[in-house]
Amino acid sequence: MYSLLTFSTALAEIRFGYGLSPRTAAPVSVADMLARLSGPDLNARAFPIPDLKAAGALSAERRRLLRAQKAQAGQAGYEAATAAVNAQLKQMNQTRRRWAGQVMLRRIAGQDGFRERLVAFWGDHFTALGKNQALRHWATPYVQTDLRPLVTGRFADLLTAAVMHPLMLHYLDQSRSVGPDSPAAQQLGLGLNENLAREVLELHTLGVDGPYAQQDVRQLAALFTGLGFRVKGRRVFQPNRAQPGAEVVLGQSYGPEPGLAPIRAALEDLARHPATARHLARKLAVHFISDTPPEPLITALETAYLDHDTALFPVYEALLQHPDAWGAQLRNVKPPLDFITSALRALDVGAADLSRLGDKGLRQLFDLPLRALGQTWERPDGPDGWPEEDTAWLTPPGLAIRLRWAMAAPVRLIDQLPDPSSFADTALGPFVEGRLRFAAAAAETRKDGIGLVLMSPAFNRR
Amino acid sequence: MVLNRRNFLAQSVLRSGVLGCSLAASPLITPVSFAAAPWDHRLVVIILRGGMDGLDVVRPTGDPHFAALRPGLTAADVASGADLDLDGFYRLHPALAPLMPLWRSGDLGVVHAVSTPYRDKRSHFEGQDLLEAGTLNVGAAQDGWLNRMLQCVPGVEGETAFALGQMKVLEGAAPVANWHPKANMRISPQTEQLLVHVMEGDPLFEATLNEAISLSAEATDPFFDPEAKGMSGDMSPRLPQYGPLALAAYAAERLRGDTRIAAFSVNGWDTHARQRERLGRRLSDLAEVILTLQARLGAEVWGKTAVVAMTEFGRTARENGSKGTDHGTGGAMLLAGGAVRGGRVFGAWPGLEEGDLYDRRDLLPTADVRSAAAWILRGIAPLTRADLEAKVFPGLDMGEDPGLLS
Repeated sequence: MYSLLTFSTALAEIRFGYGLSPRTAAPVSVADMLARLSGPDLNARAFPIPDLKAAGALSAERRRLLRAQKAQAGQAGYEAATAAVNAQLKQMNQTRRRWAGQVMLRRIAGQDGFRERLVAFWGDHFTALGKNQALRHWATPYVQTDLRPLVTGRFADLLTAAVMHPLMLHYLDQSRSVGPDSPAAQQLGLGLNENLAREVLELHTLGVDGPYAQQDVRQLAALFTGLGFRVKGRRVFQPNRAQPGAEVVLGQSYGPEPGLAPIRAALEDLARHPATARHLARKLAVHFISDTPPEPLITALETAYLDHDTALFPVYEALLQHPDAWGAQLRNVKPPLDFITSALRALDVGAADLSRLGDKGLRQLFDLPLRALGQTWERPDGPDGWPEEDTAWLTPPGLAIRLRWAMAAPVRLIDQLPDPSSFADTALGPFVEGRLRFAAAAAETRKDGIGLVLMSPAFNRR
Repeated sequence: MVLNRRNFLAQSVLRSGVLGCSLAASPLITPVSFAAAPWDHRLVVIILRGGMDGLDVVRPTGDPHFAALRPGLTAADVASGADLDLDGFYRLHPALAPLMPLWRSGDLGVVHAVSTPYRDKRSHFEGQDLLEAGTLNVGAAQDGWLNRMLQCVPGVEGETAFALGQMKVLEGAAPVANWHPKANMRISPQTEQLLVHVMEGDPLFEATLNEAISLSAEATDPFFDPEAKGMSGDMSPRLPQYGPLALAAYAAERLRGDTRIAAFSVNGWDTHARQRERLGRRLSDLAEVILTLQARLGAEVWGKTAVVAMTEFGRTARENGSKGTDHGTGGAMLLAGGAVRGGRVFGAWPGLEEGDLYDRRDLLPTADVRSAAAWILRGIAPLTRADLEAKVFPGLDMGEDPGLLS
């Protein structure tokens, strides 16, 4: 197969994973990459993250404690009740940080970099966040436990799981949307909210250039009414909130009986729409290859998608088997989180190193730099997720803050910094250029040398 | 130092714009000098991302149809008098109360019922792209209108305009500085030289680094360096290191010097649900941003400043089913600063009867928000109407001068 001629182990890790690692064995072929992806999810096993049930239990507990606190207002027990609320909030934040650590370990210590990148890609495509303290920690299980197993399956199933997920119903206000002619509309004084329906059409499926109009947004919003969730993390369908009758989306009628089935049918049709194929193919090509991906590559992905009933594995296969996937020039600029992640991977940071840092260290080395770099952990600005274009990340302040991190963080992350020249080979393999080799050897200190390797254009692209 | 500002500027010429004035008019291809800035007025452009609900911020309570459209959002404030009378027709959202002194002194104004030419799809992301591109159609230009404006004025230098964060409105061929208060570099000269060497093979990284080095060298305000001793004593409360307030303070420091334009974003205006709380919080932030600019610019510079806050679209005239509003069309633009002829609401009011609404759902825009922006640009910088209508905002008819500046 021609693609095997252009496959490169280093590119497999750098372009399609989180970078080279001195510890894990890089894929040796496209077939190897695909075999890892279709095999058992070893990273998830090694660094477990619970599902939404565990997250929901914490949320329900918070709600219970807040109620107890309110009941004690002005009474003797108020102080103790407040202390209990605060203690539990602290516990929730610690849980969230621990899960963030597990996500990082999946990426920096795992062998299946392509799977991790795909999980991150789809998690971003279906961005959803908890908008209050009780739900903030849901984002990790949502992506890493609930969506994760679906990223190698059919897009239609992934779409359905994401759109009907309690966190999405919360994030895009679906749980507050009520059919204007439903029984609940009168009782609760609530009505339709377009937010989720619009983003499903614009961001999740057809794309903003897709063939939909305002009327389709309204109709899809009406179709979605009834979807809701409980704070324990369970999705519900409340028929008394659903708009009665059928809805027509893109000329297709769904209903007339409200329920999950017509919603699933509409999402299935949206997933199969050619505009969706085009939108997803382009987005994948931009994410993995370049801001301006070659047209034949996009077409190849689009065709694979449409030929396989929205199955994603054949799309990944088409991507990895396309010669344009293996161009030797590193292009896309790594976003800040991926820059830091690949640095940890190259430095061989392990679980023990992370736990030694403690809360304060993690805040100084991850939370604050990511925030200054414009990529706060699990907090993108909107449902469109993080920007893909290089210009969003390659800015003078962005580069300066990367530099501060590259010079200051490694020495705190690991006991013994490696020799900068050999670290260059570890981190970049065949992509070490003469200029970098010279600089790594000429650096005044080991710390500066490591920093220079991490700041090199080769390390910041993929 | 191996590099100087001249080659960093020369490199930024590489980033080309598709529209705009001839670069020959700018000093980029001739020796650069760092004398006086090309004009004296200051402009701060704040992009309010997410779609600010102009109807809730500046409430047309004098319109007989308004109350029925907003029973859950504004009725309580109208009843309690929590919102603030502006001119007998419009009332201001209570969260903007801290700005009332500015309104009374003529330093706060509003242009109502305006929008970009964007219609119907109501996408945030397309809407913002069009707002920043300043064109008639989505995708018609890669550069932003503020950058094309810089291309039309002689004497623009690397620090005439500052982008704080990613601001497409300022991207393009004209030199623009992009900085963040947390970005000061601290490396030895030797390491800096090696770093420059490492970047040499990659023109984009090289140009970005050169800019970072020169900006970092100048970013000496001890207030912004948490590790420096001796915070400046005149501004007692410590400002946040992140977020819009930090950007406003940083912009003000720059605008006190040679910088003439600063642009940054205030996010979070997408109030589909629980709008009373969420919009109130955003407006409090915005008020603080404007007051921070005023305080830190000082009376003299504030007197020459126009702050322009604009958003990608307004929101539905009717509140939606969850105490919020959905994506709409016409909205409001906020103006502040001593250069503004404030104390009034500009714009022709279209009415809120169902037949007056755009698409029977949104406030009908009666003017192009680009026209207001164009008149402000014309007032603060040496620009011709022809350039504004052909190059900065291609295809725009600016119409009559609304007299937005004092």
